[in-house]
Amino acid sequence: MLSENHAGGAFELKGRMATLTVLQVLTADIDELLKQLDGRLSQAPGFFTGMPLVIAPSASVALDAAGLQRLVDGLRARELVPVAAVDMPAEQAASAGLGWLRNFERPADGSATERGKSKSPAASTTRIVTTPVRSGQQIYAHGGDLVVTAPVSAGAELMADGHIHVYANLRGRALAGVQGDGNARIFCQSLNAELVAIAGHYQLSEQMDRGLQGGPVVIQLQGADLQLSAL
Amino acid sequence: MARIIVVTSGKGGVGKTTTSAAFGAGLARAGHRTVVVDFDVGLRNLDLIMGCERRVVYDFVNVINGEANLNQALIRDKRTEGLSILPASQTRDKDALTFEGVQTVLEGLAKDHDYIVCDSPAGIERGAHLAMYFADEALIVTNPEVSSVRDSDRVLGLLASKTRRAEQDDEPIREHLVITRYAPERVGKGEMLSVEDVCEILSIDLLGVIPESTAVLNASNSGVPVILEEKTDAGQAYDDVVARFLGEAREHRFIDEKKGLFGRLFKG
Repeated sequence: MLSENHAGGAFELKGRMATLTVLQVLTADIDELLKQLDGRLSQAPGFFTGMPLVIAPSASVALDAAGLQRLVDGLRARELVPVAAVDMPAEQAASAGLGWLRNFERPADGSATERGKSKSPAASTTRIVTTPVRSGQQIYAHGGDLVVTAPVSAGAELMADGHIHVYANLRGRALAGVQGDGNARIFCQSLNAELVAIAGHYQLSEQMDRGLQGGPVVIQLQGADLQLSAL
Repeated sequence: MARIIVVTSGKGGVGKTTTSAAFGAGLARAGHRTVVVDFDVGLRNLDLIMGCERRVVYDFVNVINGEANLNQALIRDKRTEGLSILPASQTRDKDALTFEGVQTVLEGLAKDHDYIVCDSPAGIERGAHLAMYFADEALIVTNPEVSSVRDSDRVLGLLASKTRRAEQDDEPIREHLVITRYAPERVGKGEMLSVEDVCEILSIDLLGVIPESTAVLNASNSGVPVILEEKTDAGQAYDDVVARFLGEAREHRFIDEKKGLFGRLFKG
């Protein structure tokens, strides 16, 4: 099997979106920078751990090779992951063990952008459906949540990699976490579903607690069992 | 520009052709130039219900194949001014309908009609798909029982996804619900779904409720659209449907159980 898989080619190039945080360096005083960074990290312990960073010295900051090295070491000591630098000679970045990015669209200098006020909103992967989902229709929210604000008929099928919300009567099937996310949940305003499933663990309507039918219910996975509870 | 109205249901035998005939006759009686097109190729019925089966010479498929022109195939109704029918072929099957052919025929009819009523065959295959594809409005004919309601729901899904308006991202098809063969006393006994149940499941606007009535069978047998039998309950119900469709506000009738003498005495 394995050799067959490799017969087609030794590698594939795939485009993936990953967030890189830009550390904009506004001072050449690395000690001061690290001190302020410690203050920020202490507000949210663990949140920044492993975060990939791109170091971008501001135009007015003259960061020499020694300063850059101290910054990189200081960041690594704080469990951050500086991966690349921009706006400096490639050799200087390489000497600090960093990659060097061309064509990097860096935010304009200035405090307004630095505080992220004019950031464009990130595209959400949540799929929203406002019209009734009819028998025979299938809706799949790929890579995110599914929110339906209209009735879902018997014979219709909702699927999502994440959570499923139905703010109306749910009569069809709802399958959350179809790629295996056991933390996904199903929320519905009125449970009359034929089948609900999370990460492949399913329950048919006849197995559901009669007392919950027709009411607002949240469904989650506990171990290998689906747990239905009134909202 | 003519409005194209499809009369559809998914399930067979629920009253699509009866509704098409009555609705078309009602529109024509209200002064609109109307043509009813039978899409049920191979199971031609509309001509029987409208009493013109002896006058069929050319049909829909002949026009599509260029063997006759529209004027030769159209049958003008003798009772109702401004009403025509385009009969289906009885000797062919649904594959004889082509996408381009249907489009050309509908465009030709649109030139000198106000309404084109497309009587869809049962099912969701080619004939039904072509009948709904070019529609601007849809009458969903449903009986108050679960399988009919489920099939109508499926058809509503197709109207919202597999039609010209859906594919071109135009304003969606306007959907109207017509509940036929409604028997309030059987709803009372729990043998049938109620109007409220059906409306709740399908969540579209209710255009009218046609009561279960011997008048429908009698009218079909004598080849008269039941709307022309003005003294009958079904005839009046279809008259309400047409009036509401044309924008008139009318109270829904024939929904509540008729009370017998004792019922009236004791329940007021």
